[in-house]
Amino acid sequence: MDFSIVIEYFPKLLEGAWVSLQLIFLSVFLGGVFALPIALARTSKNRLVSGLPFLYIFFFRGTPLLVQIFLVYYGASQFDVVKESIFWPILREPFWCAIIAFTLNTSAYTAEIFRGAIQAIPVGEVEACKTIGMTKVQMYRRILLPRAFGIVLPAYGNEIILMLKGSALASTITILDLTGMARTIIARTYTPIEIFLAAGVIYLAISMVVIAIFKQVEKRQNSYLGPNLIKVPDKG
Amino acid sequence: MVDLHGFGNQLWLGLVVTLELALASLVVGLLLGLLGASAKLSSVKALQWIANIYTTIIRGIPELLTVLIIYFGATAFLMSIASLFGYDEYIEIGAFAAGVTALGLTFGAYATEVFRGALQSIAKGQNEAAIALGMGPYRTFYRIILPQVWRLALPGLGNLFLVLLKDTALVSVVGLDDIMRKANIAVSSTKEPFLFYSAAAFLYLALTVVSMAVVHFLEKHANRGIRR
Repeated sequence: MDFSIVIEYFPKLLEGAWVSLQLIFLSVFLGGVFALPIALARTSKNRLVSGLPFLYIFFFRGTPLLVQIFLVYYGASQFDVVKESIFWPILREPFWCAIIAFTLNTSAYTAEIFRGAIQAIPVGEVEACKTIGMTKVQMYRRILLPRAFGIVLPAYGNEIILMLKGSALASTITILDLTGMARTIIARTYTPIEIFLAAGVIYLAISMVVIAIFKQVEKRQNSYLGPNLIKVPDKG
Repeated sequence: MVDLHGFGNQLWLGLVVTLELALASLVVGLLLGLLGASAKLSSVKALQWIANIYTTIIRGIPELLTVLIIYFGATAFLMSIASLFGYDEYIEIGAFAAGVTALGLTFGAYATEVFRGALQSIAKGQNEAAIALGMGPYRTFYRIILPQVWRLALPGLGNLFLVLLKDTALVSVVGLDDIMRKANIAVSSTKEPFLFYSAAAFLYLALTVVSMAVVHFLEKHANRGIRR
């Protein structure tokens, strides 16, 4: 093993890590924005309203992320309608295809997390809101959503870690993210173990930072509950 | 059977490979998970350390990277060992073996946490009662502890299996002929990516639904003696 090669190519790997971070940040942000209406629709008592989000979540949680990326990147180009549409300049770019696939995927998972949180709020709090005479919007804005935010945090942290790991799949559609960059370097140097291990260390470092940030935010958000009252659910 | 330009059969064959990979990794992962949980709960500090390092590393790096490291790493590793014995030919481990190793390691790391939680929630009295009856440690484990751990761990393990099922698609990247790669091959000769990737997605969905049903059945079976 020759780890001097890692030092030589480390700036390149960091360049890839920056692309990975952009992918994660954009798709987690957009996914969170889309997840909220999906979760709200999913909790509706009207079957017609909750049916569509159910299918959406079922599809994106039931199929591999790799299939979803390929469907967006390769699949869309099968139709001439898409190629002639104004969206083609976006759908032609692997980076934006990855963003679209990741956003759709993470919004489905996040919607389920949000739904669980909304339903985990004690009924008494909803009743209290109604008794005080809050409108529906006030109830959601002042009570339910802030409460849900606190409940959601641990699971949401896990989802971001999963997205971080999922972002490695961007390398399969020619994006030079951390994994893609590592594979390119290896194709040139043929030192798979050293470079892949170095990439693994960078991923580990990123996930540790994410975990540390979430611990802090959780502490702040849930401090009114006293120590150790919120249990952290595991992956899955 | 849907024909799909004659590739329907190929996708079926891919489905079989995907299932084989998932089940083989499941077996490896369950064993690793039990070992990991026992190590984390053991009183030996060194074992705790090893198990903690194992779960932290595997859970922190992408599954795709694990697959790539095992696939390329194992080859280089085996070749360097072989050259010690004077064997300098090219050795390559198969995509299937690499896939089982990588996915088994991943499943095992998450299963370690599931098993640890289950083991910890079994009342101490169960163990003591078994000892009082004169059972040895192995018999206590198989007859008393494991059936109860199984019941408690099943929901978590079921979720992990669904994740594992989807992660099998990653092994197509190193050339295993699973659903995903069969779809890739079909796409490259028919130029109809949307059709074939949708078909692949449908097959994965079907696998997911079947697995959910099986897990539900197992849970019902494991809970048969429990009053709600």
